[in-house]
Amino acid sequence: MSSRETILARIRGALADVPAEEGPEHVAVERAYRRSHLEPGQDPVELFAERVADYRATVHRAAPEDVPAVIARALTERGVGRLALPSGFPTELLPGGSRQWQSEPLTVPELEALDGSVTLAAVGIAVTGTIVLDAGPGQGRRALSLVPDYHLCVIRAEQIADDLPDALARLDPARPLTFISGPSATSDIELDRVEGVHGPRTLDVVIVEQSVEQSVEQS
Amino acid sequence: MSDRGVVWLGSPSFPEAARTALADQQLRTNLRRATTTIRDKRLAVAAELDDWEELRTAAEAIKRRTARHLDRYLLQLEEAVTAAGGSVHWAGDAAEANRIVAALIQATGEREVVKIKSMATQEIGLNEALALEGITAYETDLAELIVQLGEDRPSHILVPAIHKNRTEIRDLFAAEMAHWGEPAPEGLSDDPRELAEAARRHLRKKFLAAKVAVSGANFAVADTGTVTVVESEGNGRMCLSLPETLITVMGIEKVVPTWSDLEVFLQLLPRSSTGERMNPYTSTWTGVTEGDGPSQFHLVLLDNGRTDTLADTVGRQVLACIRCSACLNVCPVFERTGGHAYGSVYPGPIGAVLTPQLVGVEQAASLPFASTLCGACYDACPVKINIPEVLAHLRAEVVEAKRHPLSPEALAMKAAATVLDSPRLLSAAQKAASLGGRVLAREGRIGRLPGPLHGWSDTRDSPAPPAESFRTWWRKNREGTP
Amino acid sequence: MRIALFITCFNDTLYPGTGRAVLTVLERLGHTVDFPQEQTCCGQMHFNTGYRPEAAPLVARFARAFADYDAVVTPSASCAGMIRENHPVLAEQYGSTSLQQQVAELVPRVYEFTEFLTDVLKVTEVGARFPHKVAYHPTCHSLRGLRLGDRPLRLLRAVKDLDLVELPSADSCCGFGGTFAVKNADTSSAMLADKAAGVLASGAEVLCAADNSCLMHIGGGLSRQGSGVRTMHLAEILAGAEGEKR
Repeated sequence: MSSRETILARIRGALADVPAEEGPEHVAVERAYRRSHLEPGQDPVELFAERVADYRATVHRAAPEDVPAVIARALTERGVGRLALPSGFPTELLPGGSRQWQSEPLTVPELEALDGSVTLAAVGIAVTGTIVLDAGPGQGRRALSLVPDYHLCVIRAEQIADDLPDALARLDPARPLTFISGPSATSDIELDRVEGVHGPRTLDVVIVEQSVEQSVEQS
Repeated sequence: MSDRGVVWLGSPSFPEAARTALADQQLRTNLRRATTTIRDKRLAVAAELDDWEELRTAAEAIKRRTARHLDRYLLQLEEAVTAAGGSVHWAGDAAEANRIVAALIQATGEREVVKIKSMATQEIGLNEALALEGITAYETDLAELIVQLGEDRPSHILVPAIHKNRTEIRDLFAAEMAHWGEPAPEGLSDDPRELAEAARRHLRKKFLAAKVAVSGANFAVADTGTVTVVESEGNGRMCLSLPETLITVMGIEKVVPTWSDLEVFLQLLPRSSTGERMNPYTSTWTGVTEGDGPSQFHLVLLDNGRTDTLADTVGRQVLACIRCSACLNVCPVFERTGGHAYGSVYPGPIGAVLTPQLVGVEQAASLPFASTLCGACYDACPVKINIPEVLAHLRAEVVEAKRHPLSPEALAMKAAATVLDSPRLLSAAQKAASLGGRVLAREGRIGRLPGPLHGWSDTRDSPAPPAESFRTWWRKNREGTP
Repeated sequence: MRIALFITCFNDTLYPGTGRAVLTVLERLGHTVDFPQEQTCCGQMHFNTGYRPEAAPLVARFARAFADYDAVVTPSASCAGMIRENHPVLAEQYGSTSLQQQVAELVPRVYEFTEFLTDVLKVTEVGARFPHKVAYHPTCHSLRGLRLGDRPLRLLRAVKDLDLVELPSADSCCGFGGTFAVKNADTSSAMLADKAAGVLASGAEVLCAADNSCLMHIGGGLSRQGSGVRTMHLAEILAGAEGEKR
């Protein structure tokens, strides 16, 4: 008998007390928890900005037309000049100037030689201050936002879900997902958090506010 | 019994190991500092969610549903992972899992692998097994790196190097990093930021060159085949996305039924473990993805005593553990002894109920007694494992397994049971104790005693028994029948 | 209401004054209390040490001894917890269907002393005076087992002239744990040292709790250190009436 068959047989033997007619749906799972921990009337974008900043990431809020300038200012402040640019990143968001934008294909050593990366996001989570990347357009494969030491992530306000349940429902688990809550950190020394280990040590998040026209369209 | 690992062979019993640990003042200070920090953080972030109890209840129920239909969910997981381009392997015990992983690595032709911190691979002693095959496994989690550099043992589930403080870590880095690769920078201080930076530099080249990575899993979703790793440093992301081959070893109990079930666990786990609303990085992947990450994915499903645990209808609940280590951080025993005293990869309250079930109670007979049953662990557990209940249950199993009618304890318990089941004998015993106690007492207190009670009497006085018991007083004063 | 006192074997033998204090308080409140003499022990020591078959007859004895009462009151949070949590377990494991039924019927009528006062009699003011600085140690079985919450504190706050002081790290276990204190004497002593330090830091003259077993352990440590801090069961403080000499 293969180990697979042995283990399955052992499981079935161990569960002799479970009635044969019982199915998983007969084991009640009461989901009395909240779908969202936002207070009534609380602005998810405001909360998202606050919570991201709690992790010592820097948050910028910008109107759509101001995004290139905000990115330019952030990159200048960080002294970041050579960046990985994922395919599908909207060129209208890119600032001008003397920066080098490197497109795929990029090898790992090439990524390592860059100062940072700029990506979009798939979803944001207000309550936890999390951005989620799903390797979709403008986000790149996972290595792109990992190997360079600086990550600037542009997220549209309407991508921000209130809380984790809503965020998971918006995501496709078939895609490789990375949930990012602040820069790389560790609690391994005396159980106290310090930022900056293997992942990007600096994280800037640019929230693109909804324009007036978009708000009107939605309502 | 087949070789299951888990416990460190030749470890002394808990009371003996604890005595050594308690004498180490530095260790006591380190543990107290770390556990106090994390307790306050955990309470603060748990209190932010006013439905914390409802989340715990849901988590417990999801885990109960999973355990009661585990075969079905594992088959579903296998099918989904395979459909997404991964391969699934089944390992009955530690030895078989190690053989499978070694063979998979050998098939790639590589001699070095990078590893994400994983309890399952600690449990099976994978690094040691790979070393015998000439394969070097590099631990990349900071705390695991500290343990590996120090040829030490892990003492905590989440923070295996919790027993070391920043100065000890600095000294270790300065002395040992050069033997494993990139040396520590000159003049390294004990500032945690500098230590983290040193770890980054030490491991950087290894990450960038690695062709094979080995990980554990926090969750695996049956209906989608999605595997999840929850981490902080980014070493996990490095291992999961840069190498060509990824081998994940997970206990069979880590499966959860559906993708949406993660909404419960991903709220509970970071808050319970590191006291954060969300850990810095959570990665999920489903099989392999063209052009992004490893092109080969192997999932090794590990039994290693879990089906034995499942067979115990009381002990089964322990399989719900999500390895957050909140129970360690609140445990008054762990806070004082640290993790090494448990002699197991799984220390603390959860270790005291998991270890004996994985390896058999006779192999870890002192662990179920390494608790005052104070219940702090049960309150802290995000999946509501009733650890005190399981401890008491396992104590009965230990007594049953080791029962010898002539052992001093068994004789004393038997005698006590006879006396306590008879008001007449109890009354007589009380009179004898009163006389004897007053012989021993000075000013109403009994001091140091010889024999088995010396451990008690070394640090405590005992009260001299009163002249008469309550029942005697009652008969004299309320019934008029002395 | 027919009230019975379950003194517990431990208090019966070592702390009869606690039993008399319970009588004093309940009688002062106008109740009659009986002491069924067939009672002995709840079986907690045997159960928690793994000797379940030995504990089983004690469950049957308890059910017989107290079957006829409307309320069983005990000055021990850990024994009340043992009865509530584990008598049904033992009855199911070793007992007949009729014992299981007796236990199921009796268990809801078993009250820890402060529960009985606050929940059943609905009193917090029991006519006590105690002009001393007192700290309250919430034992693990009071706090996390029975979830007594602030019941003991409400009773203490209503005591005339009592100065209730805060105990640092009050919710940490004292390290007693029954046979734990013998089997793991070193760890137990380390926990005791921290608890005793907390008591001394509180500035209390008297440490009280809802369980004499933990108090024996803490008091034994305080006595060995020559601290001068006394330990008293909560019931004994509540029994101290105004003008009455203790």
